[in-house]
Amino acid sequence: MSTTVETSKQGGALAATANYLDERAGVGGILKNFGRKVFPDHWSFMLGEVALYSFVILLISGTFLTFFYQPAMTEVIYDGAYVPLKGAQMSIAYASSLDISFEIRGGMLMRQAHHWSALLFVAAAGLHMLRVFFTGAFRKPREINWLVGFMLFILGMAAGFTGYSLPDDLLSGNGLRIIDGMIKGIPVMGTTISSFLFGGEFPGTEIVARLYGLHILLVPALILIFIAIHLFMVIIHKHTHYSGPGRTDENVVGYPLMPVYVAKAGGFFFIVFGVVMAISATFTINPIWNYGPYDPSPVSAGTQPDWYIGWLDGALRLAPSNLDVSILGYTYPFGVLIPLVGSLVFLGLVAVYPFVEAWVTGDKREHHVLDRPRNAPVRTAIGAAGVTFYGVLWAAASTDLIAVFFQMSLNHVLTVMQITLIAGPVVAYIITKRTCLALQRKDREIVLHGRETGRIVRLPHGEYIEVHEPLDKFEMYKLVDFKDYRPTVVRPNKYGKITVGTRMRAALSRLYFEDRIAPVTQTELNEAQSHDHSPAVSAPAAQDQLTK
Amino acid sequence: MKNRFFRSRRKPLAATLVIAAGLLFSGGGYAVATSVVETSATEYTAEQISEGRKLFLANCASCHGLNSEGSAAGPSLIGVGAASVDFQVGTGRMPGQGSGPQLPKKNVQFTDEQISLMGAYIASLAPGPAIPEQKYLEATGDATHGGELFRINCAMCHNAVGAAGALTEGKYAPNLEGSEAKHIYEAMLIGPQNMPVFNDANITPQDKNDIITYLAYLEENPSAGGFELGNLGPVAEGLFLWIFGLGLIVAITVWLGAKSN
Ligand code: HEC
Ligand code: HEC
Ligand code: HEM
Repeated sequence: MSTTVETSKQGGALAATANYLDERAGVGGILKNFGRKVFPDHWSFMLGEVALYSFVILLISGTFLTFFYQPAMTEVIYDGAYVPLKGAQMSIAYASSLDISFEIRGGMLMRQAHHWSALLFVAAAGLHMLRVFFTGAFRKPREINWLVGFMLFILGMAAGFTGYSLPDDLLSGNGLRIIDGMIKGIPVMGTTISSFLFGGEFPGTEIVARLYGLHILLVPALILIFIAIHLFMVIIHKHTHYSGPGRTDENVVGYPLMPVYVAKAGGFFFIVFGVVMAISATFTINPIWNYGPYDPSPVSAGTQPDWYIGWLDGALRLAPSNLDVSILGYTYPFGVLIPLVGSLVFLGLVAVYPFVEAWVTGDKREHHVLDRPRNAPVRTAIGAAGVTFYGVLWAAASTDLIAVFFQMSLNHVLTVMQITLIAGPVVAYIITKRTCLALQRKDREIVLHGRETGRIVRLPHGEYIEVHEPLDKFEMYKLVDFKDYRPTVVRPNKYGKITVGTRMRAALSRLYFEDRIAPVTQTELNEAQSHDHSPAVSAPAAQDQLTK
Repeated sequence: MKNRFFRSRRKPLAATLVIAAGLLFSGGGYAVATSVVETSATEYTAEQISEGRKLFLANCASCHGLNSEGSAAGPSLIGVGAASVDFQVGTGRMPGQGSGPQLPKKNVQFTDEQISLMGAYIASLAPGPAIPEQKYLEATGDATHGGELFRINCAMCHNAVGAAGALTEGKYAPNLEGSEAKHIYEAMLIGPQNMPVFNDANITPQDKNDIITYLAYLEENPSAGGFELGNLGPVAEGLFLWIFGLGLIVAITVWLGAKSN
């Protein structure tokens, strides 16, 4: 105790405060522990941070907006600054959004910053998710955190959608109308759910206030909670790292959180903030004044949702529209139900993927070293198929714009997309898997024989050889350090039965690991070196030694 | 090429009969409703008409027929009026060139004088929509009302601010930026291609003026929020964010990551 007091005298005000807190709340212990956590450096590890900082910008700009936005659907006559709407009848919500844009000082900037950072939030989260997927960062012990991240992505979509509807302009009203249509398409209960949500017949006079409650309270609170859990889990599990000398499943290599990492992260926040602000100050987003007040009759060409809802809109556009079936007095609009169920199934698959893979590999070890995507060919191929599927749906949300700008027939664009939606993922799967295997084979070659230099040398006895440059240790680690799985064998369980589950698992396991390229072993490496003509391949230890 | 284009546009017999019957019934009412339009604002002299005919024979008859009765390569122009000629030639759509579901705009190939002469000739064949009066083209109407009319009648094809939209089978409603007041008015009057006719009973001349006023306002006042990304809505915004927003940030992360190694 006395020593701490002494340091506080030397350290001035900051240290005094720290000491004050430490003596009363034991913060020091926590901070010391927390500060010693290590965070490895790689650009792809910063994507999650980008999402986090976008969320901070959303909180700041959103709070500003709440000061001026009024979530009421009472009709008023607009008398603001935007000339082509003067005298128009509109809801208070729309009028106040226009006022934020044209009359409140800094309002336009804040509205645009809020919307641009909303797009960035979901985009960064999505890219972050892809990074986690393709590097296998979701493996034990991080499966639960994958689920938490997944929930954050869904909540981001929800926050975006509820926010998008608040200005009560024509575009957002059209979006709500589509949601209303989808809800009403749900068999039996659809109409009831819709009138429950909208407080009667669409659009009613309630929906904006309800969405507002969800948008500024429920959804952000849930996001905050999930972010807290997410980050807490990252600290408990420690961050993953890419393979390299001294990096194993038992350690993390990087900078300590305090002070290096925190200082860096703080700086990075301002970079993200700066980019968002620069964009918001120069590029229009959601020009609600162009769309006009919501009115159920008109629908403009180019009516689209924000990008993160785009894939759902695309699913609706691609679904066959003539599949209404009447059963027992209820109509089942399959043009709506297929996209609805299809997108839920897709999301479900994304959510459970880590568990499926763990089950297939039967791997119960902890993993802290990331995979290079090529070293997990089937996972990477599945990911590529999923990305293609999502990408086609996403692109399908802009069939009309594609048709206009590439001067194609809208009907052809739709047909091509429908075909691509089915065939694209299959093709992507095959190409990706083959590419991964080829890359692995190339890696093997490089490890065993070094890198080709293009330098041809004539030996004294007349033989020509190409000089191969040996790899340095860092590169070598990258190329040999990965797990090698083999297909599981179907074995009877303790009752001597082979269950359907076992069979399925064996089949999937075969799918995953039938075609595989094993990592180079020490024996192979030694052998290659003794055979090799190139003199310089020094002997960096191969996998077995490296990982221990 | 031309022939195939036309065959695909030809409607089946049944549809033709239905339309003929419909026209028979509604024709009377329509004639009354549009009679205002058909009285020409300017009276053409016989000399103008014959000059116009010469121009027509030299430039248009190959497709539209020697007596504008139409041919396999172009529709009949009898009764389309001076407004239609002014629109089609004045926006550079005519004389037609190339093929496809919708003839594209090109540089205008005739002087205003020549266009009005050809218009005079076509108007002399049968009554049709006339060139609009200048007083409706001054963009002095009510922009709010014009905006409302535009959203209800035009935005579903042309987009909320006239930034273009797709129709079926490769047809499209073009971007309206840069369209002259006269051509906007005439487009409503004649309904080129797949665009419906908005006659004066439907949208009065004053309403048309309001729409012109609204479009003029949009043209003169760029977005208060900054660059507009083509006014194409959320798709353009999303692409921009992914490519330039996130792209820039990822580039920065790569740079930061590279520095620390
Ligand atoms: C290469 C053949 C071709 C030539 C030459 C041509 N046209 Fe046309 N014209 C067409 C076609 C095809 C259409 C129908 C276009 C469409 O619907 O997009 C058309 C449509 C028109 C229309 C609109 C008819 C309506 O129903 O409203 C007018 C007016 C017209 N042409 C005037 C002219 C004039 C005037 C010229 C000469 C300067 C001309 N065209 C030269 C092929 C031609
Ligand atoms: C059903 C869709 C549709 C609607 C509704 C519609 N248009 Fe059009 N419009 C078109 C098409 C298609 C063309 C192109 C015609 C051509 O190229 O021959 C066009 C062309 C035009 C042009 C000519 C632009 C140019 O490039 O020269 C103007 C001006 C225009 N429309 C104005 C309007 C206005 C004003 C309204 C509402 C009162 C309206 N349109 C409603 C489909 C539509
Ligand atoms: C969590 C992520 C969030 C996302 C993805 C998000 C997204 C959006 C979007 C897309 C809009 C439409 C903006 C426009 O163009 O006008 C919006 C509006 C709005 N948001 Fe958010 N938002 C989030 C969080 C918040 C928070 C935390 C608050 C408040 C504390 C907030 C307050 C508002 C308000 C008041 C509006 C209406 C503004 C207007 O209509 O002009 N948002 N939001």
